[in-house]
Amino acid sequence: MSLVNIKIEGVPYQVEAGLTILEAARECGYNIPSLCTFNHGQCSLGSCRVCLVEATGARGLVASCVYPVAEGMEIRISSPKAVKARRTSVELLLSNHNRDCQQCSKNGNCELLNVAQITGAREGAFKGKKTSTTYDEFSPSIVRDTSKCILCGRCVVRCQEAHGNGILGFENRGFETIVAPAGNHSFANSPCLLCGQCVSVCPTGALMEKSEIWKVDKAMAEGKHVVVQTAPAVRASLGEEFGMKIGTPVTGKMVAALKRLGFDKVYDTNFGADLTIMEEAHELIARIKNGGTLPMITSCSPGWVNYAEYYYGDCTDHLSSCKSPHEMQGAIIKSYYAEKNGIDPKDIFVVSIMPCTAKKYEKERPQLAVNGIPDVDAVLTTRELGTLIKRSGINFTKLPDEEFDQDIMGIYSGAGVIFGVTGGVMEAALRTAYRTLMGEEYGPINFTEVRGFDGIKEATLNLAGNEIKIAVAHGMKNAKPIMDDIRAGKSPYTFIEIMCCPGGCINGGGQSYIRPSLLINEDADIIDTYKQKRADALYSEDERQTYRQSHNNPQIQQLYAEYLGEPNSHKAHELLHTTYVKDRVRFE
Amino acid sequence: MQKLSEAAVKQINEICDRHINDKTPLMMILSDIQKEYGYVPIDVQEIVSERTGISVAEIYGVVTFYSFFSLKPKGKYIIGCCLGTACYVKGAQRVIDEFCEILGIEPGETTEDGMFTIDALRCIGACGIAPAVSINGTVYPKVQVNQVHSIIDEYRKMG
Repeated sequence: MSLVNIKIEGVPYQVEAGLTILEAARECGYNIPSLCTFNHGQCSLGSCRVCLVEATGARGLVASCVYPVAEGMEIRISSPKAVKARRTSVELLLSNHNRDCQQCSKNGNCELLNVAQITGAREGAFKGKKTSTTYDEFSPSIVRDTSKCILCGRCVVRCQEAHGNGILGFENRGFETIVAPAGNHSFANSPCLLCGQCVSVCPTGALMEKSEIWKVDKAMAEGKHVVVQTAPAVRASLGEEFGMKIGTPVTGKMVAALKRLGFDKVYDTNFGADLTIMEEAHELIARIKNGGTLPMITSCSPGWVNYAEYYYGDCTDHLSSCKSPHEMQGAIIKSYYAEKNGIDPKDIFVVSIMPCTAKKYEKERPQLAVNGIPDVDAVLTTRELGTLIKRSGINFTKLPDEEFDQDIMGIYSGAGVIFGVTGGVMEAALRTAYRTLMGEEYGPINFTEVRGFDGIKEATLNLAGNEIKIAVAHGMKNAKPIMDDIRAGKSPYTFIEIMCCPGGCINGGGQSYIRPSLLINEDADIIDTYKQKRADALYSEDERQTYRQSHNNPQIQQLYAEYLGEPNSHKAHELLHTTYVKDRVRFE
Repeated sequence: MQKLSEAAVKQINEICDRHINDKTPLMMILSDIQKEYGYVPIDVQEIVSERTGISVAEIYGVVTFYSFFSLKPKGKYIIGCCLGTACYVKGAQRVIDEFCEILGIEPGETTEDGMFTIDALRCIGACGIAPAVSINGTVYPKVQVNQVHSIIDEYRKMG
């Protein structure tokens, strides 16, 4: 590593050669106002001109996000010329921006507004034509509003980095340029996975989740029996909505908040996860014993299911027929729970709090309804739950820790908790499959081979004489080689876990925004560590549980004894299993 | 959207294979398809995407960035009216307006009978003979508004 000598505002520093001015300045304690603070400027095309500085050896001002430091360079961030230029850049961006900030749900997390305040951009400094607007709200998951797009390209890069063949790109040219799926198609009519990764990196309100808070309000106003369930990953991120450190588990406070929001019952989707494991582990064993389609692939992630249907429709037999945990739980709420409590399923309204935007779409799949009644009625993201709590004046950080409702489906195992992180579903399934095949619990409990954030993780296990090769992939870029092997008939695996979002649900498109420029109390490297911190929150909750394996959850045992019979029974199939589309049209 | 014939799919794949090992194959592939079919619609882009591994979004971006490519079929005769600076000051706007008026279409559109497409071009490098109009490679110099009718008739007669 070679070092170069530079000066910033006249003060000498030694920094690594090859860094951009922006990166070097950050190491020296300066935050140059910029819009590409995301992932080491991964998205940086140097096009927004917000981070202009003076640097010796350069002609005029330079964009610090792309200009490398050089020996002897003297950098001025605070010179009047640079300060004015940065302000002008932002004012120009704002001139073609729909500034309805007050009603924009990115307000509070908007990096453009933040940088506008920092640079002192004046309202209406430049007036002129605006690019014609596309407002796409056809998909149940994501809203795209080009009037707020600043063409930074972060979403384009994120989609590609996560999923290989990105759905988003720049179209047209010059002033008419927009970011869109090919042909300016709606997300609903294009092979978009609806994962929301683009939403999580969009610095403005151009990409947003489609809010369903109004549906919950309506159900409550109509006096429905409203049951809420929370996905495991939500507890690892919700605290961030209230300024808590990333990775703070807030299970108890989340429950306390939900109870104060007027829900009739507050349950944990971890119960549904335990149920999924019972069904999935037994489905796997049955497939191994009866020569069924192998490898079997998990089906909890609706973004992944979308990908499979769009690009590998011929391979959907490999998907487990299990519904995802919140859909299973919804189905049980509207059957077993309804019967036990003497409530008509039509009067029950199930709300799922999810780290995910694709789940909003998933709940509307006709395959995920029983007798025409959808298993789940509304899906809110972690961020939307944050909004709901703030709206009600609840001081989240001061709440006591409370417990989920304990009746019928209040108990969950640690195996259910780790569903929220890549490798977690695999580990949970293995804990139960091991017990079923070997007749005893797996001694160390944890299958650490499948933990961590490598794109593809592999392991080989010997279960009762069956050599089982497993794989875990997250991000569709990593799923593709696995699926190509399956299609070619040369996959070495028996069981595969695939999750759509890189890192799994803890990094889902519905989680709290990670905005390094707005997270002043986090470490400088938070962009590299937040996934691990959220994962740790889940693994630590797993360790604290009385029951660590799904099959040991007494309420799961009771549900089978009283209602379902046994895993994969006829009744279980009716309520807990689903089908997939083989020939889904990509562009309509 | 119309389903592509098997023969067309085969040919598009062949065009892709021709350039797949180039350093930047996309421009060459799209250019060959444009020449062969006269346009590059989205279902063709999907086939190119599958063969090359380049996303449809990126291909669509390239097709809509360069005016050489077209998403819709072009007419038999493509009337390219130069609107570069020199042509413009010599009255090219009035010339293109006249073409549009007579044919009843806007720049970028094609007549219903599939005969004519009008393209508004940036400078074609023929400033000495401004305003210039190019029809399927034939260049008409110093075009006056009152000539437009007879130029169109010329092609109508050829059919």
